[in-house]
Amino acid sequence: MSRSVAVTGMGIFSAIGKDLEENHSSLIHGKHGLSTPEILETTHQKLPIGEIKATNIDLAKNLNLDESHAFTRAALLGTIALKEAVKNAKIKDFTNIGFVNGTSVGGMDMTERFYREYENDATNRRFIQAQHPGFTTEQIASYFGINNYVTTISTACSSAANAIMMGARLIKSGRLDRVIVGGTDCLSRFTLNGFNSLMIYSEDFPKPFDAERKGLNLGEAAAYLVLESAELAENKEVLGYVSGYGNANDAFHQTASSENGEGAYLAMQKALKTARFNPHQIDYINAHGTATQNNDLSESRALIRTFKEMPALSSTKSFTGHTLAAAGGIEAVFSLLAIKHQQIYPNLNFNSVINETKLEPVTELKSAKIDHVLSNSFGFGGNCTSLIFSKNG
Amino acid sequence: MYINGMASIAAQTEEDLFAGNLKSFQQNIFPATIVNYKEYIKPMMLRRMSKAIKMGLVAAKQALNEAGVEVPDSIIVGTGEGCKQDTEKFLENILDENESFLTPTAFIQSTHNTVGGQIALDLKCTGYNMTYTQNSVSFESALIDAKLQFAEDPDTRCVLVGGVDELAKTSTPFYNLDGQLKAGEINTAEILQSESGGTITSEGAAFFLLSEIRTQDSFAEISDCMIYREISEEKLEEEISWFLKKNDLKPEDLDAVILGNNGDKRFDHYYHQLQDTIFKNTLQLGYKNWVGDYNTVTAYSCWLGAEILKRNEIPQQLKLNNLEVKQPKSILIYNQYLGKNHSLTLLRSL
Amino acid sequence: MPIMTDLHTELKASIIEQLNLEDMEVSDIENDEPLFGDGLGLDSIDALELIVLLEKDYGIKLTDPKKGREIFESINKMADFIEANRTK
Repeated sequence: MSRSVAVTGMGIFSAIGKDLEENHSSLIHGKHGLSTPEILETTHQKLPIGEIKATNIDLAKNLNLDESHAFTRAALLGTIALKEAVKNAKIKDFTNIGFVNGTSVGGMDMTERFYREYENDATNRRFIQAQHPGFTTEQIASYFGINNYVTTISTACSSAANAIMMGARLIKSGRLDRVIVGGTDCLSRFTLNGFNSLMIYSEDFPKPFDAERKGLNLGEAAAYLVLESAELAENKEVLGYVSGYGNANDAFHQTASSENGEGAYLAMQKALKTARFNPHQIDYINAHGTATQNNDLSESRALIRTFKEMPALSSTKSFTGHTLAAAGGIEAVFSLLAIKHQQIYPNLNFNSVINETKLEPVTELKSAKIDHVLSNSFGFGGNCTSLIFSKNG
Repeated sequence: MYINGMASIAAQTEEDLFAGNLKSFQQNIFPATIVNYKEYIKPMMLRRMSKAIKMGLVAAKQALNEAGVEVPDSIIVGTGEGCKQDTEKFLENILDENESFLTPTAFIQSTHNTVGGQIALDLKCTGYNMTYTQNSVSFESALIDAKLQFAEDPDTRCVLVGGVDELAKTSTPFYNLDGQLKAGEINTAEILQSESGGTITSEGAAFFLLSEIRTQDSFAEISDCMIYREISEEKLEEEISWFLKKNDLKPEDLDAVILGNNGDKRFDHYYHQLQDTIFKNTLQLGYKNWVGDYNTVTAYSCWLGAEILKRNEIPQQLKLNNLEVKQPKSILIYNQYLGKNHSLTLLRSL
Repeated sequence: MPIMTDLHTELKASIIEQLNLEDMEVSDIENDEPLFGDGLGLDSIDALELIVLLEKDYGIKLTDPKKGREIFESINKMADFIEANRTK
């Protein structure tokens, strides 16, 4: 169990950029991607979302798909991000590569569009199976010809983080030498109305870790990492290593987090344990930080329980919105960018600390020595995952 | 991995299966048998649960009971289509009310990991919790994860693994529209001889309490599992031989194969080819004509195989050829759906 | 003595239906019984359901879910609040 897991490529598509370079540029210039809906057809015209301003037709053109394609929006975003990741890692042969994809609602955008049409109109029946996450994964896999170990993890907002963890475990165990991992989710009326009905959707920009936070804002994104065993990665540029991971369940409530953040605490403990690190070795925490009352307080408490001295902390959801299943993927990319450029990305819209916990996130771009980054992703069903990325293996 | 406890809920009961009393259905969609959920779940919890959650939670509890385990170290669930009933309920509300007056209950119960989360909540299990949703290899993805857990963490003693899928009133009948289900008059008992495309569907849950070390409760072993998104017919035979070889077996060593024939003329040739070649002299069993085909029906086939090994008894109604086996020791399960998401699972007796 | 009105009965019936309290009847819920915690045992998700019920059936829009806890303390409290604030 001593094989180290190298990241040899990454790709991203989010509301703050169509590739790594654009995302990085937005992060260092403090340029967020939240706006009112233009592509998503919804009656909630005033709710800020992290929307990618490209129609499905634009995206399909970018991939040279013909009109009869059955790509969901999540598959379109995912394929574009994955293309960048494999280009980056110089992968041309997909024969022995695995693919673990994280997605929560998969092709719900197609289901909600055609649900009332299927019965009487045969035009879009190729999307009937799109409701199920595996369908989106298969579209992406078939684009590249990834044919063997292909699976989907759907644990709501921790999906991509869990996919990264699973990929690392597949390599460590020797079951695979090369795996593509990450996640994709697009905006949909289903999720927008879902979070809105929970009364945790913010009408302003999100304010993670702020005393006056009003809730989360959804976003859409896709991000993937190419993971390889150290042997395969030997003569390649390595962007970082997946050195620790942990998953635990809060076992408290279907949607809310427990008061002391037990699940989050256990996930961070496990991640530190698999990495064989002491908490003080962590230089930066990319928090889950959704900006809901419940999450940020609960996560803060779990952080305080884990870290005697708090490392630099920020939630980049203030840039991208909460991209659900993709969040763990894009935040893995941001963590690796932080390592590459030795810088910490700010937590936007922060004014005052939460009274109970008083954690102060980084609010300006900051240069720092960064060897190890911890990234948190928590989801419905009490699902909590922490990942640790390191500069050296 | 050893099986120390297991339970299944499907369209047929265990009694009928081994008594030769399996029922046939005249519809292409038929439900799982009725279970008294109240025996296992508190009313205040039960009121919000769709069938997938109820079936999953009860099968999980029964498997734990049989193994005498209260709380497992990990919970890993496979579900191809997740909580469809709540998904369509919330979606229909959105469409009917034009995105207003929406209550959140159906939404929060609609995520694919609701079953895994609800089991954790019920058992107060803070351990590893994962949900796989990859079509017909969802359950197998969960099995592979369990295998890794045991290999990498000496503290993992027992893992709860299961597969669950439910029917829903609108989304399941959509499969009549895209060719997944058979059209016309149907007698499910006879579909494996069918000359048309499409299959029949149902719902169910099967859960297993697994351990790395053999215990006094162990009654069968899940030796290995592989998944393939796509594999050609030519390559399939070769791959099966390789898979068996890495488990020190040859095709002729197998006592039985459980095949996923579902009466879909377009794709059953994957099975027919094997039935005529490497498994020609092996006892062949088919089961989907009795319990339907759904994404995690392979969890049922895994339960079926383990039950056969436990009882030393072959349910006669499942036999696809006329061979006899007295003491089955090793059983291979092969499955695919619509020619994709293939899986191989090897079971052995103790 | 609080007076049992049609509104009280109506509320009980709506609560039973909306919250899927399958084994309950209107007569099982007391007017002054706590709806949350040790009483009927409702939780935060039910509170959100009741907020929508107020809006849909009585035209009362609550923007702060925290306020719900006081209003939904008992059937009596709920009925009083509705009488004072209803727009339909």
